[in-house]
Amino acid sequence: MYTLSVYMWCTVFGMSVPLTLLGLLEREPSHGYDLKRDYDTFFGRGKPLPFGQVYATLARLARDGKVVIATEPGDGPERKRYIITETGASEVDSWLVEPIEPEPHLQTVLFAKVVLAIMLGRPAEEYLDTQRHAHLARMRELTEVKRGGNLIDALLADHGLFHLEADLRWIDTTVARLDALTKAVAR
Amino acid sequence: MIEARDVTLSFGETPALRGANLRVAEGEILAIMGPSGSGKSTLLHCLAGILVPDSGEIHFAGQRVDTLNEGARSALRRDRFGFVFQFGQLVPELTAVENVALPLLLAGTRRRAAVAEASTWFGRLDLDGLQQRRSGELSGGQAQRVALARGLVARPQVLFADEPTGSLDSLTGEHVMDLMVGSAREQGTTVVVVTHEARVAAYADREVIVRDGKVTSLDAEPVLS
Repeated sequence: MYTLSVYMWCTVFGMSVPLTLLGLLEREPSHGYDLKRDYDTFFGRGKPLPFGQVYATLARLARDGKVVIATEPGDGPERKRYIITETGASEVDSWLVEPIEPEPHLQTVLFAKVVLAIMLGRPAEEYLDTQRHAHLARMRELTEVKRGGNLIDALLADHGLFHLEADLRWIDTTVARLDALTKAVAR
Repeated sequence: MIEARDVTLSFGETPALRGANLRVAEGEILAIMGPSGSGKSTLLHCLAGILVPDSGEIHFAGQRVDTLNEGARSALRRDRFGFVFQFGQLVPELTAVENVALPLLLAGTRRRAAVAEASTWFGRLDLDGLQQRRSGELSGGQAQRVALARGLVARPQVLFADEPTGSLDSLTGEHVMDLMVGSAREQGTTVVVVTHEARVAAYADREVIVRDGKVTSLDAEPVLS
């Protein structure tokens, strides 16, 4: 199932937890607990970040000079407040302005399948129809999320929809070019 | 509810449908997709009784449609079906509310009642205040929502939509689809929508592909009641 949370996990998690946490700290200094809560609210989408990962990541960021820790005495154990440094802020800035790598994997795999199918005399068009069907099923799920969700859900679903739509255009164009591709592949 | 059985149709020497089979269940929202010139609009026109196939059969609610004469098919279209086309095709001489009221007037509803019923759709489709405008005074999205209201006002059993968002930008198109699907579900209207846009098809319960005049479906065909 290509649910919104899976989609989110693939895209947002792929853009790295450390940078996302740093980005949240750029907004305001925070305790580990609050940071985790904010991360889960905006980026976790049903798959919360484990506390262990939050603190291990913050420890690494502190080691690398991207955050500093201010300890606050309290009734219980000391609380640690994390504050972003100039180095950390500069890294967030660079990351935000840099475009992320396009994801050519689907096309690569599908292209290989289509060419192999033609080489082996298999029904490439049926494979592409099946892929289109799967894509549309995912688009349907995301459309439902949009219709019932809030603006953040809608924007994230849109991101998925546009990517899937781009794949579908490639699939349709490839179907239209199958005859030419068959000639090109023929030995 | 609607079925095409082995339908063929040619325009002169050019075959448009070559044995198309399709079933649409009551209350279903179905997308007909396919490349340009594949025959998808022709299939929609056959299902809606606008075109008569050269061979094959069209059934609607247990009734043969393709064997009806023009008058009976016209009555069927007027009384049971609603239509939305790519460019709205509003009557330019009429106001927006008169356009929406048109199917009711044609079905014999008195003018005052027809206009009153038509007016209720303006709030539902975010068109408040536009009742007295003519089509030239409406934006593309507004005109298409007026066309949608006209398509649904007589509470048709089936709404046929041919590229209903084809002339609209992406956000406006989504708004129209949202309203179309929401309203159709609300009143139990079956929807058959022809589109080449995946984002539009994603609003449907399932999709079929028309290619070279034949229908490909990867979903199980519905059992018709």
